[in-house]
Amino acid sequence: MRLTINGKPRTIQAHPMKRLLDAIREDCGLTGTKEGCGEGECGACTVLIDGVPVDSCLVPLAHAEGRRVTTIEGAAATRTGNALQNAFVEFGGAQCGICTPGMILAATPLKPGATLHEIQTALAGNLCRCTGYPAIFRSVEAVLKPPRRKAKRALRR
Amino acid sequence: MLANEPALMPIAGCTDVYVGLHFGTMPQQRFLDLWNLKELRGISVKDDVLRIGALTTYTEIIASKLVQKRLPMLVAAAREVGGAQIQNRGTLGGNVANASPAGDTLPVLVAANARIVLRSQAGTRTVPVEKFYTGYRQSVRKPGELITAIEIPRIDGKQWWRKVGTRRAQAISKIMMGAVRGKEVRIGIGSVAATVVLAPRTAAVLSGGGTIADAQAALRREIAPIDDIRSTGAYRAQVAANLLAEFWRKTE
Repeated sequence: MRLTINGKPRTIQAHPMKRLLDAIREDCGLTGTKEGCGEGECGACTVLIDGVPVDSCLVPLAHAEGRRVTTIEGAAATRTGNALQNAFVEFGGAQCGICTPGMILAATPLKPGATLHEIQTALAGNLCRCTGYPAIFRSVEAVLKPPRRKAKRALRR
Repeated sequence: MLANEPALMPIAGCTDVYVGLHFGTMPQQRFLDLWNLKELRGISVKDDVLRIGALTTYTEIIASKLVQKRLPMLVAAAREVGGAQIQNRGTLGGNVANASPAGDTLPVLVAANARIVLRSQAGTRTVPVEKFYTGYRQSVRKPGELITAIEIPRIDGKQWWRKVGTRRAQAISKIMMGAVRGKEVRIGIGSVAATVVLAPRTAAVLSGGGTIADAQAALRREIAPIDDIRSTGAYRAQVAANLLAEFWRKTE
């Protein structure tokens, strides 16, 4: 199966029904993606396929063929992904950290200025056993604050 | 392929398939992957009938202006399926084919008088959704048949939906109801029997001008909720009656 993972083309020799989660962790050695439940209930295994968040424990490898897959390792190399990682550390969004990769990937489609409700909806498929969630929302909000329009304000004066 | 090997299980978004595979409850060993069949995708309206391709995902349903306008209760139901990760993969056809009594879209389809379009080498047929299910996880779909689309005629009346679960997302329902209040009343209820339930006698009480109390009494005779890991029969019966009253109040 040929696919792109975190920008790099990869060929994986495995059964087409192998879980994408297992192909990522075992065949590619990318262990940042976690298995929390194996049944699509917790979101810890969230990856992006062509930019769209999915539970990789529910995706056959065959459905990733020819697609662009992004794991936490790839997201961390982007400006927003890296900012989210730092925010989760700074604002206490990560305690044990097992939900954190999934949380970050689930948050990637959000745009700056996203409301709390939009953040909660984007993360509704991700469970955390440690934080009780507000610290996670604060971490995401900190990164998605809309940019301050200093220049425009100056022009208006 | 299905005609030659009826034991092939058609698969699409796989959101329930892998649960079965993971827990060893999946009897099937061979699968027919439908995911890339473009003919099974797409939402359109023709002759005043909304046609939703079987491979339409919940995310596509939510984003569709056509569905928002003509079938907002399906949008409401799609929003409460799992979370974004499930909505991005799960399909309407899969929900119908899976035949779970807790399938989130089924009460809506029943209340909407939807038809299931089935295609095989022998041709195409449509089955009204309330005649589609014959028992727990069983339907009239023959082994050589594929669900290709779901058709919903124009709805006359107000649409209503409510799902009751342990939380607002990522929950299989304890009970849920989709309902239409127009010249005709149609009520679909999930998780209260081995299949989704159309409650025609209850609906007839309401459209005939009966009281809520009479309708609730009729409802208790039309559903058969059980105790299971998610809820009890008594809770489901009581909440069903409450949902009925709320539906009637909110659609005045």
